[in-house]
Amino acid sequence: MRWRRSSGLSRRRRFGCLPILALTVAAIVLVSAIVLRPQPLPQAHSLPASHPRIEIAHLRPVAAFASIADPQARSLALFEEAGRVIQHPRCMNCHPRTDRPTQTDAMRPHTPWVARGPDGGGEPTLRCSTCHHDENFEPSGVPGNPKWKLAPIGMAWQGKTLGEICRQILDPARAHMGREELLHHLAEDELVGWAWHPGGERTPAPGTQAEFAALIKAWLDTGAKCPA
Amino acid sequence: MPYSLSVNGQVHSIDEDGQTPLLWVLRDTLKLTGTKYGCGVAQCGACTVHVDGQPMRSCSLALEAVASAQIVTIEAVEGAETKAIQDAWIARDVPQCGFCQSGQVMSAVALLRAIPAPTDDDVDIAMSGNICRCATYNRIRAAIHDAAGVLGSGRS
Ligand code: FES
Ligand code: FES
Repeated sequence: MRWRRSSGLSRRRRFGCLPILALTVAAIVLVSAIVLRPQPLPQAHSLPASHPRIEIAHLRPVAAFASIADPQARSLALFEEAGRVIQHPRCMNCHPRTDRPTQTDAMRPHTPWVARGPDGGGEPTLRCSTCHHDENFEPSGVPGNPKWKLAPIGMAWQGKTLGEICRQILDPARAHMGREELLHHLAEDELVGWAWHPGGERTPAPGTQAEFAALIKAWLDTGAKCPA
Repeated sequence: MPYSLSVNGQVHSIDEDGQTPLLWVLRDTLKLTGTKYGCGVAQCGACTVHVDGQPMRSCSLALEAVASAQIVTIEAVEGAETKAIQDAWIARDVPQCGFCQSGQVMSAVALLRAIPAPTDDDVDIAMSGNICRCATYNRIRAAIHDAAGVLGSGRS
């Protein structure tokens, strides 16, 4: 019967409340002293930028192609350099092969779920102008231009190789413009020009519109050769 | 110089920066808080108002761009389509939390003004810019068809 409390003879020593309290207080003081001991302040170090810096890419000037003696090879090289603009997301996003634009550098489907409509400016009940206006609007980050709309379906570029795009823009039946007009469109059109001034955190197209136009002009002047 | 802004038929003198989003002017300056701030980046449609009759996202519209326009908000939108939409919304008990609903109503009214008897596809196109966190989409679609039916029977 060992578990029975024995009576009287072998009484356990009993602690009073005070020592327990004292021990607890001592433990708290010790822990606080360790935690609150004077320490050097953490050094400020900069956080990584929440948005990657926008990379400004340059175009090679027309003069850089002068060393290519063969005019056909030069024409091809000029177009391939201009292709860095043509195939840039700022241009491709509004040259979709479906009725729906894409957006961002990742060229993901546009949200909201808009469609080109009869004139490229959106469906009559959800026009592009529901959100897009004459200028980029910084408070909401929504880009804008007076001519904001999709390229006609005949000028769909997404999913095509640079060679296919090249033949397409030279084909008046699909491009609905001759070479003069094509050059004018690429060199002067303000919606094309938006690609270099996209606002917000959008990466602009490489170079400038003038440099791009010079490449296109030199390409046309050298016989407008297309990649395979 | 202050802008004079026509909202719900009243002209207000607004002394704010021209780049201030219209939504801020409506809610903070004019205290017309029926128009909601959902995302501020033209993604949700909660801030939809009519600008010269067109539904637009007021969070993405500069004050200076609408200074000569007629703006109508949920507080004052009216007419046969509005009445039909309001009745159908109540009958179907469309809203859940309600936050998106003033934008939904503004888009739905504009839809019925443009297409009096919309198909499901028409509804999808017109309403796809109005997001509802409570997913009341089925009731919205049904209520739009109900409202179109009421308007149609009134015409025939
Ligand atoms: S608050 Fe304007 S679209 Fe969301
Ligand atoms: S009813 Fe709650 S967000 Fe639409």
